[in-house]
Amino acid sequence: MSDQTRAEQARQKWQQGDLLAAYRADYASVEEQRDALGDRAGELRRAAFARFEEQGFPGRRDEEWRHTNIGVVRSTAYQGHQQPTTLTRDQIEPFLYRGCHNLVVVNGRVAPELSDSLASAGGARVSSLAYLDASLRPLVEERIATAAKFDNHPFVALNTALFRDGLVIDLPKEAVVEMPLHVLNLSAHASPDPQASYPRLLINAEAQSQATIIETYASLDDEPTLTCPVTEAFCAEGAVVRHYKVQKESLSAAHMATLHVEIQRDAQFSSQSISHGGGLVRNDSRAALRGSGSDATLNGLYVVAGDQIVDNHMYVEHEAPNATSHELFKGILSERAQSVFNGRIYVHRSAQKTDAKQTNRNLLLSDRAVANSNPQLEIFADDVRCTHGSTTGHLEEDALFYLRSRGIDADAATSLLTYAFASEFVELVEVEALRDDLQEFLFSRLPGGEIVRQAV
Amino acid sequence: MLEIKDLQVKVNDTEILKGLSLSVKAGEVHAIMGPNGSGKSTLAQVLAGREDYEVTGGSVSFLDDDLLELSAEERAQAGVFLAFQYPVEIPGVSNTYFLKAALNSVLKARGEKQLDAIDFLKLVRERVKVVDLDESLMKRPVNHGFSGGEKKRNEIFHMSVLEPKLAILDETDSGLDIDALRTVAGGVNSLRNEGRAFVLITHYQRLLDYIVPDVVHVMVDGKIVRTGGKELALELEEKGYGFLEGAA
Repeated sequence: MSDQTRAEQARQKWQQGDLLAAYRADYASVEEQRDALGDRAGELRRAAFARFEEQGFPGRRDEEWRHTNIGVVRSTAYQGHQQPTTLTRDQIEPFLYRGCHNLVVVNGRVAPELSDSLASAGGARVSSLAYLDASLRPLVEERIATAAKFDNHPFVALNTALFRDGLVIDLPKEAVVEMPLHVLNLSAHASPDPQASYPRLLINAEAQSQATIIETYASLDDEPTLTCPVTEAFCAEGAVVRHYKVQKESLSAAHMATLHVEIQRDAQFSSQSISHGGGLVRNDSRAALRGSGSDATLNGLYVVAGDQIVDNHMYVEHEAPNATSHELFKGILSERAQSVFNGRIYVHRSAQKTDAKQTNRNLLLSDRAVANSNPQLEIFADDVRCTHGSTTGHLEEDALFYLRSRGIDADAATSLLTYAFASEFVELVEVEALRDDLQEFLFSRLPGGEIVRQAV
Repeated sequence: MLEIKDLQVKVNDTEILKGLSLSVKAGEVHAIMGPNGSGKSTLAQVLAGREDYEVTGGSVSFLDDDLLELSAEERAQAGVFLAFQYPVEIPGVSNTYFLKAALNSVLKARGEKQLDAIDFLKLVRERVKVVDLDESLMKRPVNHGFSGGEKKRNEIFHMSVLEPKLAILDETDSGLDIDALRTVAGGVNSLRNEGRAFVLITHYQRLLDYIVPDVVHVMVDGKIVRTGGKELALELEEKGYGFLEGAA
């Protein structure tokens, strides 16, 4: 049988299978609910769902998915249409960050009763997408789905077709929002059935505006979940957006996330991505440097154990001259955990004087953990500086010996050095509540973490 | 205090120590000199408990213990201290808190009372003067961003807080300018007492102008080939190691 016939058979099987039937039912229920986004949303959803029906989920023969086994997503019928879940403020309290403006989203739907004020968010204009503020409608209609394209990405297609709600955050011209905005995405099951949610976030930073925006993903239970978020951010001239993402869902969660950013002249977008939850996590992050003098800083820390898989697919596109990009991704892998770092940098012919730097460092705490690291530099301008570096290894024997020779036992020495490895990233986290949260996680994860807690 | 008999050690299948014997009593300062590659640093690391060095023969007793049976941390708890030739940087871990964790694990193993934060800081303030180390280095991460001289002084500072019974200084003098060397030597001299022994490993005689040893050994090709008083160091300075190499 030729590859072509095999592919055709697989497609027929997919199109007649139960899995697609579940997504079709979900799509039908989204269509019934009158779309708050207006006519354009209806068209978008139709096109996106058609594209999803056609493509299905990627397999390991797909170059972009070669090292990441998404078997759990391909074999689970997740239900997207659930009864709205009622939660109390007490239940969500542990997930809120002090000193932040907390905006709560449950199963992809904004929960105003659990959130701090949407109407007054420290100078930012915030609205739910399902109950869209009329003054933000033109912006949403103009922007949504223009950065994150669904043509070649099945999970973007799925989100675009099936999201029921989400948030838009608009930073008016020259607005400086002091208090960080925290978008807390929770998954909560009303029944043990596998459940999907499609969080959607649209960030629009107008010229010279500034804000810190945190996205957290967490679970309230251990039932199977597919979380498939899409975030788009537009940074106009001179805007400064500091973005954080924290992925701490349960191990039965599959998390397939997309972040697409467009950065105009002299604007800065920075992102610190922390991933330690979820059984299967994929972050597709793409930054387009559209204007001269723009800067993208995309950093990440992943700490995974057991059978966790975490995949960071980065794509930085230098379209304009004199732009800079920095990427630092650090991974700590124990037991049988696997990671992928794919760092693509594309420098257009016009993007002279590009300065791009990419680093991926992995610390393996077991012999069975696997870290894949794959830099891809495609450079079409001749006057640029692009560097990349990648290291993967165990803790250094010399360093362990140094600590043990001072009387520190082997477990504590391992923990101190592991913390030391992560500390470079920890210090980049400027939101205090978030940094405390990350440190607490690291202490809890490290054997003999008490000694580390005392030593930092 | 320390009794090494016919010690043989392999590193990556290469024999480095080839039957080394050494006896150190409490209160004594021994210097071990020798050319590069003679096995001096290997000896220091084996005594401190480096596990990937394979002991193929001989014995080492320390006080009442068979030293080779103890892990690196147990040796530290028993009172062995190695000042490293290349101290390791530990970003994100404060020098003070690291040292407090080290001291408390040593005290705990000895069944002694651990120090609380206030008593510990008192001790640190007192000992930091011994090596003239800037107090700001206490708050910084262990050795991270320290100059070469600061790292070496930090080792002596750690030693002064941990109060070992046997201190092994591995090339502590290398890379130090004369002022730093005087400071480090002053620190070591102030820690000399009847109950404590020192083994100074050095390539240069210069250190011994400031820390006067009781015994000088010359090591060549994995063995001690000459033992004498402090005048032996001067003889080596004059003639070089060449004249002893035939003796190995």
